[in-house]
Amino acid sequence: MTIQLILRRLFFLVLVVWAASTITFFIPRISSKNPVRERFAELARIGGFAPADLEVIVAAYNKKFGLDKPLWQQYLDYIFSVARLDMGVSFNKYPKTVMGLIMDVLPWTITLLLVTTLLSFVIGNLLGAVAAWPRAPNWLRTFATPFILFQGVPPVVMGVLLLFFVGFKLKMAPLGGAYAPGRIPDWSSLTFLWDVLHHQLLPALALLLGSVGGWVLSMRGMGVTIQGEDYVNFAEHKGLGGQVIFKDYYLRNALLPQVTGLALALGSVVTSGIAVETMFGLPGLGQVLGAAIQSNDFLVIYGVVLFVTIAVATLMVLVEFLYPVLDPRVRHQ
Amino acid sequence: MTTATLAPAQLEIIQPNRLTLLLRYLRRNKTLAIGLLILLFLVVFTATGLATVDPSNAYPLSVKTKQPPSMEFPLGTDYFGRDLYVAMVIGLWQTALIGVIAGALGTLIGVILGFISAYFGGGVDMVIKGICQILTPIPAFLIQVIIAGSIDKRDVTIYTMAFVVVLLAWMGPTLVIRSQVLTMKERQFVAVAKLSGMGDADIIFKEIMPNLLPFIAAAFVGQVFSAVFSSFYLAVLGLGPLREPLLGNTIWAAQRQSAFFNNWWWWPLAPAFALVLILGSLALVNMGLDELANPRIRRSE
Repeated sequence: MTIQLILRRLFFLVLVVWAASTITFFIPRISSKNPVRERFAELARIGGFAPADLEVIVAAYNKKFGLDKPLWQQYLDYIFSVARLDMGVSFNKYPKTVMGLIMDVLPWTITLLLVTTLLSFVIGNLLGAVAAWPRAPNWLRTFATPFILFQGVPPVVMGVLLLFFVGFKLKMAPLGGAYAPGRIPDWSSLTFLWDVLHHQLLPALALLLGSVGGWVLSMRGMGVTIQGEDYVNFAEHKGLGGQVIFKDYYLRNALLPQVTGLALALGSVVTSGIAVETMFGLPGLGQVLGAAIQSNDFLVIYGVVLFVTIAVATLMVLVEFLYPVLDPRVRHQ
Repeated sequence: MTTATLAPAQLEIIQPNRLTLLLRYLRRNKTLAIGLLILLFLVVFTATGLATVDPSNAYPLSVKTKQPPSMEFPLGTDYFGRDLYVAMVIGLWQTALIGVIAGALGTLIGVILGFISAYFGGGVDMVIKGICQILTPIPAFLIQVIIAGSIDKRDVTIYTMAFVVVLLAWMGPTLVIRSQVLTMKERQFVAVAKLSGMGDADIIFKEIMPNLLPFIAAAFVGQVFSAVFSSFYLAVLGLGPLREPLLGNTIWAAQRQSAFFNNWWWWPLAPAFALVLILGSLALVNMGLDELANPRIRRSE
């Protein structure tokens, strides 16, 4: 891969981040909602202070957050703060910064999504490859079918069904939360770790079952195409063993486009992850976003969205950089 | 010589009418058939429901609260006193409305932009393709969260939901239609049409469009699928029109009231199964249409 190509991808990444931050800047300003006024109007509704002071307080806060400056200056300030990954502060948990809130829960989200996405990629592609492989045993090939049927079911719905059958009926898994209520977090104790794992089981399963089908389906299609290729036929006529053909001639070549698919799937992975986390009440970006939506904590909403967008776009470019490592043809061009 | 011997045999073939042909095709394309059957079932369920129930029972404080499924309430009632059967009927209708409006609008924008981009090419093409490519890596759902969050919660209706969903859902169809028109443009029948002096509009609507219909149909189904999907996710996060019995709203409300903890198991279950049926049937129809649109994998008799 040439330097030029790397630079081009990086420039594209910058463009994507710029587009995302421009959208998140302008959309809220098209609506007439002032985040500060909304927040204090809500406090006033619950009771707490006289609405007469409201405008004074709003004006003071507008000044503090720079909302009284001209639009172009606000925009430039915003772009530069995004470049420094500074998303402002939370109204609800002031003086906690948005980045601070995100960093607190990020390990939870990353662990859950990383484990489920990798598992789903590996399982799905193996099942799909086997399903299209004529020499595979029949029971293994039909094993892939139910996963294809799950393909249209969003992980959140899968979560509801799992909660009902496994959590509610069989009582084999907890109904929500990060760990049993009343337990004190202690990462060095094995019982606590076991409890956390137990609570992550259903959400992980929901994400896994909701996404495996897609990989099975696309890999099966890819596998059928690869089998017709001349080099696979040639390998067979050379008398190579079935395992060698499957692993080196068939699987490896069919996997390449799937890696690009992985990059494209990242957006929906994160989306489902956020929704599933909210649904199960797990700590994570979903919970932060959900709580911010409920309490009109606007800077947190924008911050989480922007952070996830930047993360997804960056990961996409990284996966593309991985491509030449896997495919020697691209490397030598 | 060969034509002479074949001619009498051809005379005996009676061309079956279109309906029989369609049914025969559906028998071969089982994916499409099953998908359409489930869709038909949902339509019948919603239509008979809309004709027989009192829609006001889908809103809070209209029936006894927290009743498990029974003869009187086939799907039970929820914590707020909504008849869940009625809520499902109305919810399915509203979901269909959002899906079809957003799907149709997204496909329409995609077809128009894809055509302009591919047919005229040059600078226009660069701009449209560039915008699509830059917007594609941005998770549309997250931007929809921002848009939905910026609208006053009291103003959110079914129609604003559809609008929010469509704002970021036209890039897919645009790119698909663009690439199809690009290959179509190089075909000989277009060249012949051009040489024979046909105008741009005639070539687009009379020569290219009919060949694109399977792709447009597949793009439309895909758009409906993603519109239902993202409006459902928005509602699950509590960004939907909170008063309406939209499927996602029902799951959101059930989860907020800890339905499973409180033994109201039937509450989130009905919308979950409804969604499995909707999205499952759309996915099947989409796969079936792929087969129809791609002659290489199309099964012949």
